Amino acid sequence: MGMPVTVEVNGSGVTEFILDEVFSYFETIDETFSTYKDHSEISRLNRHELELKDASEDVKTIFALAEETRLSTDGFFDIQRDGLYDPSGIVKGWAIFNAAEILRRRGFENFYVEAGGDIQAFGVNPQGQEWRVGIRSPFNMAEIVKVISISNCGVATSGTYIRGQHIYNPNNRDELICDVLSLTVIGPDIYEADRFATAAFAMGRDGILFIENLQGFEGYMIDQNRMATHTTGFERYVIHDGTH
Amino acid sequence: MSKSQPQRSFNLNLAINKFLLSAFVVFAFIAYVIHQHFTGANDTQSASSPPVSGLPASQLQPSAPGLNTVNQSAASSSYKNGTYTGPQIDAYYGMVQVEAIVQNGKIADVQFLEYPNDRRTSQRINSIAMPYLQQEAVQAQSANVDMISGATLTSQAFMMSLQSALDSARN
Repeated sequence: MGMPVTVEVNGSGVTEFILDEVFSYFETIDETFSTYKDHSEISRLNRHELELKDASEDVKTIFALAEETRLSTDGFFDIQRDGLYDPSGIVKGWAIFNAAEILRRRGFENFYVEAGGDIQAFGVNPQGQEWRVGIRSPFNMAEIVKVISISNCGVATSGTYIRGQHIYNPNNRDELICDVLSLTVIGPDIYEADRFATAAFAMGRDGILFIENLQGFEGYMIDQNRMATHTTGFERYVIHDGTH
Repeated sequence: MSKSQPQRSFNLNLAINKFLLSAFVVFAFIAYVIHQHFTGANDTQSASSPPVSGLPASQLQPSAPGLNTVNQSAASSSYKNGTYTGPQIDAYYGMVQVEAIVQNGKIADVQFLEYPNDRRTSQRINSIAMPYLQQEAVQAQSANVDMISGATLTSQAFMMSLQSALDSARN
């Protein structure tokens, strides 16, 4: 995955040793699933040097979860393209979920784990409130366009920072390809939020309707007209003007 | 016998009226459905327009997206004039490939040769009744947050393809 990982634990008892355990878990996952590393199991599967039946349990688990997700998203989620596997659209959320479970097993109740903009949060922040998550603007990486507060759930964002006006179909210069720039999904946990954010983003404008119809999930979609569309239950997570 | 004749014609009139009424109702319903079908998407769009025009001009101008940052850094280093093609990079949703055009030692344009374009519409998803979802103009918020959620996938692929294109343009 090769992305920054942030872990914040609110409370005493967290040691360097425990944090190392969490970070080394992400390294293991990267070694196994990275499509950019020649020796990863995914790269070896793609070169047919490894068969799925001989792969590790983690890889078999991800392939099973990916297939289940493919079926529940009408095929919009698919880790296979042109005969090659790329499970990054499901591995990240799953890995964050597992990393958070390491901390939970150690008895921590107030913390978050964030990797590449996807988040699993439990309990409260150092101010004793729910964790505050900023949704980044797809137009300006330094800008936040929404602040939500969450606890005991996951938040994932799929999208692009490319300005919509610049993305045209090369075969038809008048046709805009990319209308939806960013889709943020709040779900019961980060594994669920990540896989459905990935699938829904691939649906274009229908993605937010897919999330609307998914029980236990809320979504916030930003399009190239600088308009945001949100699901009916999203508002209850939103923090207005610094107060909840 | 003579009495029954007008009675029968009256029944016939009534029957015709009923038929016309129901025909009108059916026609109106079909027209409504067709109208909804063709204008449904437009309704949503028009509802979204007023807040945009109400925004201050400064917020309508996207400030410094990733692409501009690249442009600025390119101005300080010099590139050879020409057109440079980056490699195809996997962005999960599809392959991304860009072409950088360098004029007078600066990036004049960046174009997409390839961009994920397989967002087919789904019969099943479209058949779900369109719920009314609220829209709002995107506005900057205060940055008092514990963490930030944002996208990484496609932008990473874009930057990788562009970087490779620029590497080959370097003097």
